[in-house]
Amino acid sequence: MNELTTLRQQRPLAGKRILVGKPGLDGHDIGAKIVALTLRDAGAEVIYTGLRRTPLQIAQVAVDEGVDAVGLSILSGSHKELVADVLAQLRALKAGSVKVFVGGTIPRADQDVLRGMGVAAVFTADMPLDDVVAELAQQLS
Amino acid sequence: MTMKDQPGVPREPVMTSVSRSGIPVPASVDASAVHPENIGQPGEYPFTRGIFPDGYNGRLWTIRQYSGFGTAEESNERYKFLLAQGQTGLSVALDLPTQCGYDPTHPMARPEIGKVGVSLSNLSEAEILFQGLDLSKISTSFTINGTAAIIYAMYLAVADKQGVPREKLTGTIQNDILKEYVARGTWIFPVRPSMRLIADSILYSNDVSPRFNAISIAGAHVRDAGATAAEEMAYTLANGLAYVEELRSRGGDVEKFAKRLSFFFYVHMDFFDEIAKFRAGRRLWARFMKERYGVKDPKAQHFRFGVVCGGSSLVAPQPYNNVVRVAVETMAAVFGGAQSIFTCALDEAFQIPTEFSAELAVRTQQILAFESGIGRTVDPLGGSYFVEQHTDRMEEMITKVMSEIDAYGGVIPAIEDGWMQLRLAERGLERKLDTDAGKNVIVGQNFFKKENEEIGVRELFTLDPTVAQRALEKFQRVLDTREQSAVDASLAKLSAAAAKDRENVMPYLVDCCHAYATVGEMVSCLKNQWGEFKEPVNL
Repeated sequence: MNELTTLRQQRPLAGKRILVGKPGLDGHDIGAKIVALTLRDAGAEVIYTGLRRTPLQIAQVAVDEGVDAVGLSILSGSHKELVADVLAQLRALKAGSVKVFVGGTIPRADQDVLRGMGVAAVFTADMPLDDVVAELAQQLS
Repeated sequence: MTMKDQPGVPREPVMTSVSRSGIPVPASVDASAVHPENIGQPGEYPFTRGIFPDGYNGRLWTIRQYSGFGTAEESNERYKFLLAQGQTGLSVALDLPTQCGYDPTHPMARPEIGKVGVSLSNLSEAEILFQGLDLSKISTSFTINGTAAIIYAMYLAVADKQGVPREKLTGTIQNDILKEYVARGTWIFPVRPSMRLIADSILYSNDVSPRFNAISIAGAHVRDAGATAAEEMAYTLANGLAYVEELRSRGGDVEKFAKRLSFFFYVHMDFFDEIAKFRAGRRLWARFMKERYGVKDPKAQHFRFGVVCGGSSLVAPQPYNNVVRVAVETMAAVFGGAQSIFTCALDEAFQIPTEFSAELAVRTQQILAFESGIGRTVDPLGGSYFVEQHTDRMEEMITKVMSEIDAYGGVIPAIEDGWMQLRLAERGLERKLDTDAGKNVIVGQNFFKKENEEIGVRELFTLDPTVAQRALEKFQRVLDTREQSAVDASLAKLSAAAAKDRENVMPYLVDCCHAYATVGEMVSCLKNQWGEFKEPVNL
């Protein structure tokens, strides 16, 4: 289908399990799907939740599947509430060490807020996919 | 990191001889490319050159900005502001709980109340939203799908309350569920009962509010997600034909209901792809109506459409560049013959527009409409060697994509199986990789990027943090003051009607609205009868 870039050909995420989740009611899933397909191309085993998951459902799947990282995609402006909730649910399930990444329409000021909550990195639509792969590879190594 | 540092990305943008839809674009085209018999005259079949003989001379396109946030009070204020700026129609954005059928008290709803649109949980909110606005004079468009029939019922109920005759109402509900399953995600019920609900609302609307468009079949969302202009038109026409089939199977007369079908698209940056897309789509639809269904009345062959200029063609880096993009896209919409235009604000890629950016977006249309003169002559590009050739090639491309969907078995199985969704995800990935590789040029993002640029504009929109609390308080007051027995009775009748496949549910929804039943209550009733859509998650 698409030519793999050099970075993804090296499969830097081989052996990693990553959950891509859509918390809340936001139905814009193309970004989540593009990232899921990209991470798979880069070697990861990817689980995609589908739409309209609660923070608890996402945390529970993360624990059940023993993932290395959770990626949350949010474009509805509700990122602060939903991310805080997912982080809290993960901690409650004693999985606070799972790295959480966030992608979507996240204003600059809010990116700092999310990182302050403990989010490992925030990605926006204008970033090259290779940058996303490189960031995850580094953080999960 | 700049693009120059990235391996494989060219240093300067390269002009390609292929359009973004994958159509070859020659450097020069001669007169042999024009086939007058395919084109016709403006206002005449097959309407390549537009549905009206005098273009915008008879009537300018409607300037219709999408707007709505917070509570009904705040949105009502913004609407009055926009109308005072010269906007000619309202376009109501609704929050996600309203779109997905949850009351504000539902746990899924709490973080989303008033975020991407206004919260409209029951008739009392609609009464506030339209306070001081004469519904017999303004046309109102609602971007609503999963709960479109309910919101339309609520609009009828507000009109009843204001004493405005229903037959005077003008406006549109999007009411296009098929593309929700593929790209926008506000589905509720499975595909087949959703098709019934849409048919019910269209047939009812044709009778009680004949000037109201009860559906706007939208390609916009698949486009924004990654489809090309040709695919956008192909998916939309295929969905449109699926609705026609459903309406006919429910006793609808195509000669009558086809007059009230309308369409909705995105306009992105490949200027001639966009113009050709609209000219080809208009011609194809007219042919389907006339040749496949034997429609005689030209009005029922008309392909009327609104557009959004902007969307994912706008980017966060160097946001002022977006003003230029929207102006170019608006020109393409005008040359394509759009009936209504929404211009995105420059900051729309990353936040709800401010009053400054919202006003600039309206001014962009006004400058094109009243200063540039581009709307004076109908289809001014008609007969251009290149434009006619590109229109023909676009038509071939659209037809090809439609035949691929037909080969799968049609849009409904393609959606139920997740085939359309996967196809679109792959296309979205392709578009993104092309951008990353510098094949799609986005000035300021992958070329001509400035180092250490501070992204953003000076003024930021901030949503009042008390919105959710106020919405919940108002909601509780309605629950406390409404007559519960009337609510229960109206919901029971709705359930009974929903259980019978051949009963139109619309009158029962209007009664529920009048009784101040909530959106969540009505949706629960219908879910009990029809079930919920199970999303195929196959990546």
